[in-house]
Amino acid sequence: MSRFVDRRLNGKNKSAVNRQRFIRRFRTQLKTAVENAINKRNITDIEQSESIKIPAKDVKEYQFHYGLGGRVKTVLTGNKEYVAGDKIPKQNQDGNDSGNQASNTGEGIDDFIFELSSEEFLDIFFDELELPDLIKKQLASIQTFKQVRAGFSTTGIPTNINVIRSLRRATARRIALSSPYQTEIEELQNSLEKEEKGSMNYQLLAEQIDKLKNKIAAIPFIDTFDLRYNSRIKQAVPTTQAVMFCIMDVSGSMDKTKKDIAKRFFILLYLFLKRNYAKVNIIFIRHHTTAKEVDEKEFFYSRETGGTVVSSALNLMSTIIEEKYDPAAWNIYAAQASDGDNWNADSPFCSQIIESKLISFIQYFAYVEIMPRLHQSLWEVYTEIKNHHKNFAMETISDFKDIYPVFRELFKRQKS
Amino acid sequence: MNNKNKLISDGAEWNFELLEKYDAVIGSIAKEYGLDTYPNQIEIITSEQMIDYYSAVGMPLGYFHWSFGKQFLEVEQRYRYGYMGLAYELVINSNPCISYLMEENTSTMQAIVIAHACYGHNSFFKNNYLFKSWTNPNSIIDYLLFSKNYIAKCEEKYGLDAVESILDACHALMNYGVDRYHHPTKLSLHEEQIRQKKREEYLQTQVNELWQTIPKRKNQKDDDKIIQLPEEPQENILYFIEKNAPNLEPWQREVVRIVRKISQYFYPQKQTKIMNEGWACFWHYILINELYNRGYVNDKFMLEFLQNHTNVIKQLNFNEPNYSGINPYTLGFHMFMEIKRICENPTTEDKEWFPELVGKDWLESVKFAMENFKDESFISQYLSPKLIRDLKLFFLLDDAEKSDMEIIAIHNEHGYQKIRETLSAQYNLSLIEPNIQVVNVDHRGNRSLTLRYIPNNRRPLAADTSEVLKYLRLLWGFNVKLEEEQTDGSAKMIFEC
Repeated sequence: MSRFVDRRLNGKNKSAVNRQRFIRRFRTQLKTAVENAINKRNITDIEQSESIKIPAKDVKEYQFHYGLGGRVKTVLTGNKEYVAGDKIPKQNQDGNDSGNQASNTGEGIDDFIFELSSEEFLDIFFDELELPDLIKKQLASIQTFKQVRAGFSTTGIPTNINVIRSLRRATARRIALSSPYQTEIEELQNSLEKEEKGSMNYQLLAEQIDKLKNKIAAIPFIDTFDLRYNSRIKQAVPTTQAVMFCIMDVSGSMDKTKKDIAKRFFILLYLFLKRNYAKVNIIFIRHHTTAKEVDEKEFFYSRETGGTVVSSALNLMSTIIEEKYDPAAWNIYAAQASDGDNWNADSPFCSQIIESKLISFIQYFAYVEIMPRLHQSLWEVYTEIKNHHKNFAMETISDFKDIYPVFRELFKRQKS
Repeated sequence: MNNKNKLISDGAEWNFELLEKYDAVIGSIAKEYGLDTYPNQIEIITSEQMIDYYSAVGMPLGYFHWSFGKQFLEVEQRYRYGYMGLAYELVINSNPCISYLMEENTSTMQAIVIAHACYGHNSFFKNNYLFKSWTNPNSIIDYLLFSKNYIAKCEEKYGLDAVESILDACHALMNYGVDRYHHPTKLSLHEEQIRQKKREEYLQTQVNELWQTIPKRKNQKDDDKIIQLPEEPQENILYFIEKNAPNLEPWQREVVRIVRKISQYFYPQKQTKIMNEGWACFWHYILINELYNRGYVNDKFMLEFLQNHTNVIKQLNFNEPNYSGINPYTLGFHMFMEIKRICENPTTEDKEWFPELVGKDWLESVKFAMENFKDESFISQYLSPKLIRDLKLFFLLDDAEKSDMEIIAIHNEHGYQKIRETLSAQYNLSLIEPNIQVVNVDHRGNRSLTLRYIPNNRRPLAADTSEVLKYLRLLWGFNVKLEEEQTDGSAKMIFEC
């Protein structure tokens, strides 16, 4: 008799582990491929999956086999005109040879191509990067708790009574307390049977048995020390939300290319944060002489002219943090992109705001200066801040190609 | 009429009730023909799951390794882009016999697949002599589970990289992990676990004894005796490594053994591709036709069946663009059909070639052939002149030393025997895989291991042979040499590492 089994619901990812093993083994090759891919990508599709090529010779599994040459005998199908003794010139001999030559260098055989999922892609993309100060913040910001089970306790509130455990203990107690009486009853019962019904001794024994039975009945069904409670304790959960401030200068000097570079940088940061935190909020602040909180579209595409007062943006950021993002509950990151132009008299203000209002509340402040003609006063005051604070970083981007290396530089795993 | 009532289904949709009906009818007809099978366990799976099974070489469970991941990615990719279709079914040589059916199949396809796999392949697994003597279907699933757990434990204990490098090396030598002549011991999970522990200790003492470097005391007699290792050339390289490699840890020996055992398990399948597929096609053809004769299926069903059947046994000609050699389904199917035809309607030619078949019961004759042959001997015994003519087989010799290729034989009186012999040799595993054996260990000297390649038809080994030797060296722990036997019997060193 045959048995039918429906396996369709069993899940399809039996090979998931093998797939991971494959990716693990070819990590180096994949990394190169991913980095090449990222340079070719648009911002909007940075998070997509990717076809990855691995050189054929790397994935080849070697086994003993014959090479070319010797006497090769083959039986083929579909003979049309040949008769025994016919000679067929080896026209392809040279072509074959060179084909094989090429494949030895890894180009003749098809390279191994496969699709990396977006998850795997980003995983490799952000390999070895780390959020600065992440651990410290986690420890410092234990503010949220969740209730977890922690066995049973002898005290608690009525709603937490564990019925099974409590009754189990009650039963055990009742058995323990009543067993001496039970044995006595049994003995008396035995002697009772020997006595004549109605005799004096019989009466006496019956009375004793009744007494003992009453004693047993008097044992409480449940007692307070039988009670067991489900115990729950509070466990600290690290904060898993982050807010990211994108600050960008939109004054006349920031042209489209510069904004584009800034945008890519911000997107990298966003993707990176998203991998580390359950929830990431983004606040866009753009500024020229005054700062304004805007949505993404306005942030990247509207253009205004005017002077540049960076401190306005920093002030706004500080206000927003005060209003909405309690540093105890949020991991705060800031990324500022600018071409370095700032009203000279404003730079000391910036330094002051960062020092007094921002730097001690935030995880990391990254400043990128995009294609500056010359480093100006802002760079100078920021350099000063950088020297004093580990969670402040700055770099210069002078080309599209720099974005990724600079990003890596800013977030690379710090050796402890 | 009566036939109308017997009709099982008229649509493409299937459900479990319908499959059970088909299975019951097909099963009872198979029984009438005396097909002896293991109980069937028929599992319905999705195409994604099918890809999973593909990449685990068709085993329902196995240890983890990147090469299976590679296989998976390859199949998935090619399937997704439509370069390849998936098999309708996959059968495991186990008891009960597990068959995987794809949910995408139409009801007709499911019926064909049940006939093909659950009765065709199944009876082949149970009755062919190679499978009977080399595999133990009762315990294979248990053994795979054991090996999976064992390797997972090793990974935990010794790290992924350490286990992976051993597995890589074993996989490279997997084809040389089979006993071609001795019967292996049967596998069972429980015994395996107990024995594995003992084996670990025992093996280690054995090896250490052999590689004893401390000078022996005077009263030990065998000082002068030169131990020849191996005593005879050893074709099972992995076995030799497992028993004799000086530096392997006990767990590494066990991993070598696992790969070797699994390779051994697949060895009969490699040798009976044509017969196994031919037998299954032969029986689905007979069973389905019988279903039709008895009115269980209608013309619509038969049209779909015939179209599929024809596709499966389609043989391209050598000069057609997608030609990839002889289709095992075609050759096997026609060979069994030929046996049936010769038994029933022999020609004068058949009487000359197959006197033992003429006038015999066809059912007994095909069963005898299925039970007692492998591809190589099956072809040399049963390939009929008529089939050679039908397929227009011809024999081409490509000698590297000559400027022309030569047609040696075609489908005519003079050619039949030569074509038979050559085609038979084409399925002889010991000719397909280069003949390489362990011949010597310099165990008093530098401990190097010597292999010998005995050439066949002057064919050289491929240039990347040295890559395989690197793996062997890793397992052996000392130098490895590969020599080639010359025509005069002397040996010439061809690779060393």
